[in-house]
Amino acid sequence: MKFPPFGLPFRSQSASTAPAPRTTLAAAMEQSRYRLMVTAAVVTTVFATIGVKLVAATLFSQGGEPRQHHALELDSTTTNRADIVDRNGNLLATSLVTQSLYADPKLISRPEEAARKLVSALPELDYKEVYGKLSGDKRFVWLKRNLTPKQQYAVHRLGVPGISFEREERRFYPAGNLTSHVVGFTGVDNNGLAGLEQGFSKRLNEDPATPLQLSIDLRLQHVLRKELTATIQEFSAIGAAGIVYDVRTGEVMAMTSLPDFDPQDPTGLNPDTLFNRATLGVYEMGSTFKIFNSALALDSGKIRVSDTFDAVHPIKIGRFTINDYHSLHRALTVAEVFQHSSNLGSVRMVQLIGIAAQRAFMAKMGFMRPTALELPENGWPLAPNPWREVNSMTISFGHGISVSPMHTVAAAASVINGGVFHPPTILRRQPGAEIPGEQVVSRQTSDMMRRMFRFVVADGTGKSAGVKGYVVGGKTGTADKQKGRHYQKNSRMSSFLGAFPMHDPRYIVYVLVDEPKATAKTYGYATGGWVAAPAVGRIIKQIGPLLDVPTVDENAPEILNATFLNAAGSTNWAQQAPNAPSSAAPPPPKGSTVASFPTPAKPR
Amino acid sequence: MITFDRTDQSIFGRWWWTVDRWQLGAVALLMFLGTVLITAASPPVAERIGIQDMFYFVERHLMMLVPAIAIMCGVSLLSPRGVRRAALGMFVIALLLVYATLVVGVEIKGARRWIHIPGLSIQPSEFIKPAFAVVAAWLFSLSRTSPGFPGALVSIALYGVTMAGLILQPDLGMTFVVSAVWFTQFFLAGLNIMLVMGLGGLGIAGLFGAYLFLPHVTSRINRFLDPHAGDNYQVNRSMEAFANGGLLGTGPGQGTVKFSLPDSHADFIFAVAGEELGLIFCLFLVALFAFVVLRGFARVFNDTNYFVLLATAGLLIQFGLQAAINMGSALHLMPTKGMTLPFISYGGSSLLALGFGMGMVLALTRKRFGPTE
Repeated sequence: MKFPPFGLPFRSQSASTAPAPRTTLAAAMEQSRYRLMVTAAVVTTVFATIGVKLVAATLFSQGGEPRQHHALELDSTTTNRADIVDRNGNLLATSLVTQSLYADPKLISRPEEAARKLVSALPELDYKEVYGKLSGDKRFVWLKRNLTPKQQYAVHRLGVPGISFEREERRFYPAGNLTSHVVGFTGVDNNGLAGLEQGFSKRLNEDPATPLQLSIDLRLQHVLRKELTATIQEFSAIGAAGIVYDVRTGEVMAMTSLPDFDPQDPTGLNPDTLFNRATLGVYEMGSTFKIFNSALALDSGKIRVSDTFDAVHPIKIGRFTINDYHSLHRALTVAEVFQHSSNLGSVRMVQLIGIAAQRAFMAKMGFMRPTALELPENGWPLAPNPWREVNSMTISFGHGISVSPMHTVAAAASVINGGVFHPPTILRRQPGAEIPGEQVVSRQTSDMMRRMFRFVVADGTGKSAGVKGYVVGGKTGTADKQKGRHYQKNSRMSSFLGAFPMHDPRYIVYVLVDEPKATAKTYGYATGGWVAAPAVGRIIKQIGPLLDVPTVDENAPEILNATFLNAAGSTNWAQQAPNAPSSAAPPPPKGSTVASFPTPAKPR
Repeated sequence: MITFDRTDQSIFGRWWWTVDRWQLGAVALLMFLGTVLITAASPPVAERIGIQDMFYFVERHLMMLVPAIAIMCGVSLLSPRGVRRAALGMFVIALLLVYATLVVGVEIKGARRWIHIPGLSIQPSEFIKPAFAVVAAWLFSLSRTSPGFPGALVSIALYGVTMAGLILQPDLGMTFVVSAVWFTQFFLAGLNIMLVMGLGGLGIAGLFGAYLFLPHVTSRINRFLDPHAGDNYQVNRSMEAFANGGLLGTGPGQGTVKFSLPDSHADFIFAVAGEELGLIFCLFLVALFAFVVLRGFARVFNDTNYFVLLATAGLLIQFGLQAAINMGSALHLMPTKGMTLPFISYGGSSLLALGFGMGMVLALTRKRFGPTE
């Protein structure tokens, strides 16, 4: 059948050529019925689709389109000062947007009423002061800075004319006291006044989008502060400082100085709490300085670890007499001088080296200038000038030169890490970045120093710092404090510089306790070995797992190969009988370890 | 229920025994469900636009439902010839009114669609839809039954005149529905299959042109294609409502979507149904709409009257298409398009026009014996 253009007849002539109308209609209706079925199929499909989508939207929509949350859009969070974060990204300092209240007194017609209302909404304001401000003839007076949203709402509700708010930012320190001496604090206008906030104030303001990442680990910081607090309480000390330090990179992993402060509200505090003992305070370090004296002696090539020195006869120089408090009344090897912390031995060693070499070595160790640490609180050492013979002698056992704990830790790191001095830093070193360093002692010297460190904890004054499996080494230190021109008998600084694991040193844990008082438990002693060494042990026990340091069997041959040293200066552990380490020189009972502590001759 | 004797030869008796009672029941059920849903969905709308009486929309809806039922029943009494005449008269009046809106109409949101008569606002384009479907069916059938009458050409001419009026308003939703219905009728009337494709292509080109040249259409379609391109607030809330409802719904009156959707009593009433009455009810509603359409198709399938077949199909496709667009919009199956859900949504003109259209369907699907022409 041939269809005209539209498929259905238009004109009469098409009808005349077409079959009879009745037949045409019947055929057309047949086609329409067929097409009606097609249409019905389409209709069914459309409604079925709606049904399917309905099931999907009702029962299976949770996984499909996430629900949109129409949360209140807060003021954009971009602030004008960068955050400070720890090495793991934990927030240590951040900026919050706040509103500050000010007034234009010219616009206030009834200052009494306005002042009364404001004081009712903000009770911490003083009526007289507010009234004075509002009745003045200035065009701008601050009434209160950094209001909370609740306070702002309360002031809004008063409907007082002539007062207004200005957007400001306020520094907020989520870690609070925990990092107070590291992070520092800012003033009311967000300028840094202490700590990193001061040291990096410009950087924080110029690049607000990038947080400043520190080398500090908040977890270690917590352990350190907790143990220092406990030690202060136990020994009724007036303060303490502590540092955890990565000897391979020079990164400060934790640093605490007690007492500390709340960086949120540092005003009106005792200046003592704002004082950073770990970096700004410089102290005579006492016996811990024998680390550097021994390194100097061994590195000179003139003295070997088995050489013996007279520790019997006191040394007189000018009006001073140098003595050992509890002398063993015999000659001591270099190892024993370190082990028993003999002053006489130390002096005799440096006498062999010479004054100039000693001074040059101390300069290499960084004791002539402030450390490279980025904190503004960075103490200048007190070194003698001129450097006379008497200075040389006292410096050999840690008196007559004052350095900060940070100086001591950074220098000690170079002595045990293979001999490379890394400038200390409180910023995180990026992985893969080159670490600046300078070879200051030979690898052999460093190797022997590691053994001496281990010897002190394995069989010397630092036994209580030992933690099974972590191969701890270290050196105690006790120094009487000078008040005015005299040393005080019962006012001392007790410290312990510990490191672990000694077969492959990674971290130094340093604790300094200011004026500890002896307790019954310590048999009347308040020296480094009794006060600071146990604290270092407790800290290592807690932070070792956090730092992923694997524990080892301390008597395994490979560990002894790397760490063994006996009193005679031998590193061959295999020759020793089972009880060998103590056979060369019977160790004094625990109470007598103090015998070898530096005890200045009067008045010294 | 009033019963009529099989032998009752009164007008109502004859009507009762010849009318499609299943169809009638389905429509009555839709009206009932619509009233329930508007009662649930409209009070928050009234509150939002500041009307004191929270049942304002419910009362208005019931007020319009009574004349709508009256019109439907009245029209369903007509013979096919009477239907044709009524549709023709309605078409002429509605067309004049559509053009009148361009002059005396009230402009709402950039379109002139409404004529205000004291106490009542009328949207003439609603009435032109069913009327034109019947008139077009008549013209198509005439070209078959009265050889020599150029039915298709007249139909094309009337289509053009109607389109012009609707596009000038502008009322694109109505334009689309009228076009789709007319095209389907033309298809049913035996349009050459090549021309079916050609006109189909033209329709797609028309939609594409609207997308290119009418900014609000562009925006609607963009937002449909890319949910993140702009504000999809209504559809997002609607989809949340369905998810919230689940299988059984939160219970009548317990939904929350009506508090946040501006058109919850009209264009998005299906979302309120989904939330408050759940999946099972909504599937039933979809099936009910499909039933009305397919039931009508089945009734006229074997009808010997060509006009009846084309007119009924046209009216039912219009009814079904409108329902599908409304439900599809709420379910994010297509770009949102303001279209009422037949007999469910609130809307005075829409309800009266639907009563008129459904009355004609009922009239045309009545059992007839012997030639009725």
